[in-house]
Amino acid sequence: MMKLSEMTGIEISKMIKSGEISVKEVLQDTFDRIDKTEKTFNCYVTVDKEYALQQAEKVQKLIDSGDLDDSPLAGVPIAVKDNICVKDKLTTCSSKILYNFKPVYNATVVEKIQKAGMIIIGKTNMDEFAMGSTTETSAFKITKNPWNESKVPGGSSGGSAACIAAKESVIALGSDTGGSIRQPASYCGVTGLKPTYGTVSRYGLVAFASSLDQIGPLGRDALDCAALYEIISGKDEKDATSMEFDKFSFSDIKNYSLKGKKIGVPTSYFGKGLAPDVKQRVLESIEIFKSLGAEVEEFDLDIIKYAVPTYYIIACAEACSNLSRYDGIKYGYSADSKNILDTFIKSRSEGFGLEVKRRIMLGNFVLSSGYYDAYYNKALKAKKLIQDAFFKAFDKYDFLVGPVAPDTAPSIGENLSDPLKMYMADIYTVMINIAGVPALSIPCGVDKGNMPIGLQLIGKPLDEKTILSAAYEFQRNTDFHKQCSPLL
Amino acid sequence: MVITDELVAYLEKLGRIELDDEQRVKTKKDLQDILSYIDTLNELDTDNIEPLSHSFPIFNVFAEDEVKNGDMRDEVLKNAPESQDGCFKVHRTVE
Repeated sequence: MMKLSEMTGIEISKMIKSGEISVKEVLQDTFDRIDKTEKTFNCYVTVDKEYALQQAEKVQKLIDSGDLDDSPLAGVPIAVKDNICVKDKLTTCSSKILYNFKPVYNATVVEKIQKAGMIIIGKTNMDEFAMGSTTETSAFKITKNPWNESKVPGGSSGGSAACIAAKESVIALGSDTGGSIRQPASYCGVTGLKPTYGTVSRYGLVAFASSLDQIGPLGRDALDCAALYEIISGKDEKDATSMEFDKFSFSDIKNYSLKGKKIGVPTSYFGKGLAPDVKQRVLESIEIFKSLGAEVEEFDLDIIKYAVPTYYIIACAEACSNLSRYDGIKYGYSADSKNILDTFIKSRSEGFGLEVKRRIMLGNFVLSSGYYDAYYNKALKAKKLIQDAFFKAFDKYDFLVGPVAPDTAPSIGENLSDPLKMYMADIYTVMINIAGVPALSIPCGVDKGNMPIGLQLIGKPLDEKTILSAAYEFQRNTDFHKQCSPLL
Repeated sequence: MVITDELVAYLEKLGRIELDDEQRVKTKKDLQDILSYIDTLNELDTDNIEPLSHSFPIFNVFAEDEVKNGDMRDEVLKNAPESQDGCFKVHRTVE
């Protein structure tokens, strides 16, 4: 029998449904791995075995009675990023200001995964309030990259990507505001999807930048991500920005051929700053798509040079507004104080880390009187031009392909001291959130130091099907996604 | 755009944040670096472009004003640092 740690969620669920293995046995296997390696990798803020076992008992009954026959991931352990609310369970956003916060309701995605019979095993570590690209801004712990302990896992969903790479979970939920699912997926050698804005409810996702935030799946392959995307997507009346759209069905991605499909390759994704090994692996992947029958053409997407400035203006503006709710009164950390203003200032100053403070200040700056037009409004106009550039490309191409990040995972501490350097590394991912389109990161090999490299597939709005199908086809013909860390 | 000590102090005030001296020095430099880079956006011609606040056209979403989740006062107050008689407790705000 194949080892559970080498199987996908869909395969494990099939085994459970056929009675070959119980939900509890699968859970125990995951717990054993957590016990063995979590001390080293620090993927989780909270692991709740008791809660997992309670869910497992209920789910086993539903599986035995056949009620979950149509649920492709029933019985499968899942990790949830710590900015997604699980009722009565610690939800900290890896921030001191929410160190003791227990939500009084479930996020819509949590309701959906539990209804589908998935077992929540814990909450994963992240950059504080999802602000960062390395998971180092977490107030609690530094997550290590399971491929090399001296490297970061990426961020901000670093714990969610690392727990899959470390085999400490089968699948996970993350959130992506400017690359926070795709970039850690790339650094950790797993698959991750940032869905079209508005397809997955943000109800119960602690807000960072509301017009860019989107919850999405991370998993061992594209098929698992597709199955989880099917489960979590759909219009939700509790999120007024969620959209009405045709239901996505994960099994559709199996009936797809790359023959005659047109792939656009933005030349601007291969400019200065791209590491030679990353460039090489991505170009090789493009050859694989060609060999599977796709037509590939290069095109200019020069507006990329304005993507990072546009992104940081919009994201910080929304963040400073969203984070004004933390006041030391309603929930979370509260500092000793003399008067009410003192409560606000001290609780926020002691509760937020420096990266969060920096973004609040930057956001207040671009929104402040005298600078609003020059910065915030300018960025909204640039957003329009960036989206237009993508839509123009999609008139010609079925999907676009490029790297996820300019390089593989940096060493711990390398980027933290220089925020601008860290921001600039987001160049290939932030544009996608600005345009609102879906994008996927899949493993496409390793660099000289044996660190994973991610390939980014960018799709038309609401066309998750094409990029997931292309990724599935790619993964059927390659084994990059099956390669795993030498440390395990 | 030049970041001055006064501007840093003003942004602290707007954000209800107080930095210590060391953080203030670092933040001033970081904000300067970031804004100098952000200023490259000025090269982009955005004349006659409508600002786009939402990725896809969304129209007003209407719903009946109904309470569906019930009274959760006690549950909500469980997270409060201090509460009294079913209310959040704060310092005196009116002298």
